[in-house]
Amino acid sequence: MPLFGKTKADVDASEKKTLGRGVFRKCDECNVTLRAEDFTSNHEVCPECGHHYRLSGEAWVELLLDPGSFTETDTGILSKDPLSFVDSKRYPDRLVASRKKTGLEDAMIVGEGTLLGRPIQLGTFLFRFMGGSMGSVVGEKITRLFERGYEKKQPVVLLSASGGARMQEGALSLMQMAKTVGALRKLREEANMPFVSVLLNPTTGGVAASFALLGDINIAEPRALIGFAGARVIENTIRQKLPEGFQRAEFLMEHGMVDVIAERQRMRATIARFLSHLLD
Amino acid sequence: MAHLEFEKPLVELEERIRELKVYGVRDAGLDGELERLVTQIESLQREVYDQLTVWQKVQLSRHPDRPYFMEYVDRIFDDVIELHGDRAFADDAAIVAGFARLDGDTVAIIGHQKGRTTKEKVRRNFGMAHPEGYRKAMRVMKLAARFGRPILTFIDTPGAYPGVGAEERGQSEAIGASLACMAGLGVPVIACVIGEGGSGGALALGVANTVLMLEFATYSVITPEGCASILWRDGALAPRAAEQLKLLASDALRLGIVDGVVEEPRGGAHRDPDEAATRLREALVRALGDLKGQSPQELIDGRYAKFRAMGVTAGG
Repeated sequence: MPLFGKTKADVDASEKKTLGRGVFRKCDECNVTLRAEDFTSNHEVCPECGHHYRLSGEAWVELLLDPGSFTETDTGILSKDPLSFVDSKRYPDRLVASRKKTGLEDAMIVGEGTLLGRPIQLGTFLFRFMGGSMGSVVGEKITRLFERGYEKKQPVVLLSASGGARMQEGALSLMQMAKTVGALRKLREEANMPFVSVLLNPTTGGVAASFALLGDINIAEPRALIGFAGARVIENTIRQKLPEGFQRAEFLMEHGMVDVIAERQRMRATIARFLSHLLD
Repeated sequence: MAHLEFEKPLVELEERIRELKVYGVRDAGLDGELERLVTQIESLQREVYDQLTVWQKVQLSRHPDRPYFMEYVDRIFDDVIELHGDRAFADDAAIVAGFARLDGDTVAIIGHQKGRTTKEKVRRNFGMAHPEGYRKAMRVMKLAARFGRPILTFIDTPGAYPGVGAEERGQSEAIGASLACMAGLGVPVIACVIGEGGSGGALALGVANTVLMLEFATYSVITPEGCASILWRDGALAPRAAEQLKLLASDALRLGIVDGVVEEPRGGAHRDPDEAATRLREALVRALGDLKGQSPQELIDGRYAKFRAMGVTAGG
């Protein structure tokens, strides 16, 4: 269930080459060239065609929460190498390289803050750290996020952007699916607090097949790739090309899997209104 | 009977011994030959079975003659009644669910079912369930919980099916919902990986108070073939990926993913299915006995604590 082939839209916007002296940027979707700051001030959405480029986890926190209200929790949790896993690199070396490249500890931030004054527990995947893959650290942080929502009786908002379970931690990664969902169940059944699942591009594999589709509301970004199996795996299984739009947010909505497709600029208001309907 | 490459010399020897026993008894001169062969096969068995590679063990978990769920059901349970369908879309033959008696106690039994013949393999989709399979499983689990019946699950799947219909009908949601459903069951739940424990499609039946694994079963986040094709763009490197993934029963025990490993007859369950079933039955009865007397809340809390503790991290 890990990472599958990257599509054009999956390429991190921050990796894009800028034109000239770095002030202009071209949209790969509509080919328009605009000032780079027109993209950044629009939260990485093309002002011309509305294409959503990836927004970093940190920027998401800023976009959703009241200014200055966020307190990050559960930092300093680091992966180990229980399998002594080696592919082209040793897993510990891969972790060190990813930490160095991204300045992150792992692929998840969790914490608390307020959304239009309402205290919530918020978590977001950091896709740029090993494709947002879920190993023991990500699983532990998500579990604590749900547990804190349960203990404090606060709603939990979790933004997913992940290729799935982290292969390098083997079946321990797989078990994070059961662990996180167990904590989610307590939040919902025992504390009766809502879970808002925001599905970003991409949400696949073991992250999709655990908590991500279990939101009391599932909100997806336009065109986000969401699915259990990677397109290449399915094509190899059924031996035919998949239709355009397969496993995109709109496809999931059509099949009853997501409630709302919200453009980035509407995300904060959509979450706030939903929580208000349930809790106020 | 189908044989793996490394089993062939053994099977040939066994065949010769069988022939000698049948036709050779009348000829006293063959006694020496028989003795010689028996000694030879014992040392060959040691040679082959005592140093199986990881990949050979993976092959055993997928052995074409390996007993499947229903063959254990026939040997272990009485008074079996199968329930069909998810009440929403279809009856998925890749998962079989129902009720049965074990030592006089009624239990729910749920498991992946691969097919034996080509026709049955297709009908059961090689044990790869669609969403409706997991939804049927949940229906039966909830029914069992309502009537206080323990639930025994049997895991044997390459993975949940990666297909268009499966995606359209919410494979991800079905697996996630099954994990949540199992987490909330107020009855004893025992899972046993009897063959392939393939990823989310396996775990969807695996959130149990006690998780057992047969000696030559595997439990993995991804198939070795899938892992190899992602890491090295070459599925043929699966044997190498299998070593990296630590997917054997002994690994799962060491990593705290399973509570116990049930030893198989020498060479694998297919060499003596009756004996394999007897051992599995004993392990199930013991596990069930250990959970008896716990309240529904204790069972839910215990199951939560068990999975809560899984994972290896430093700091924080």
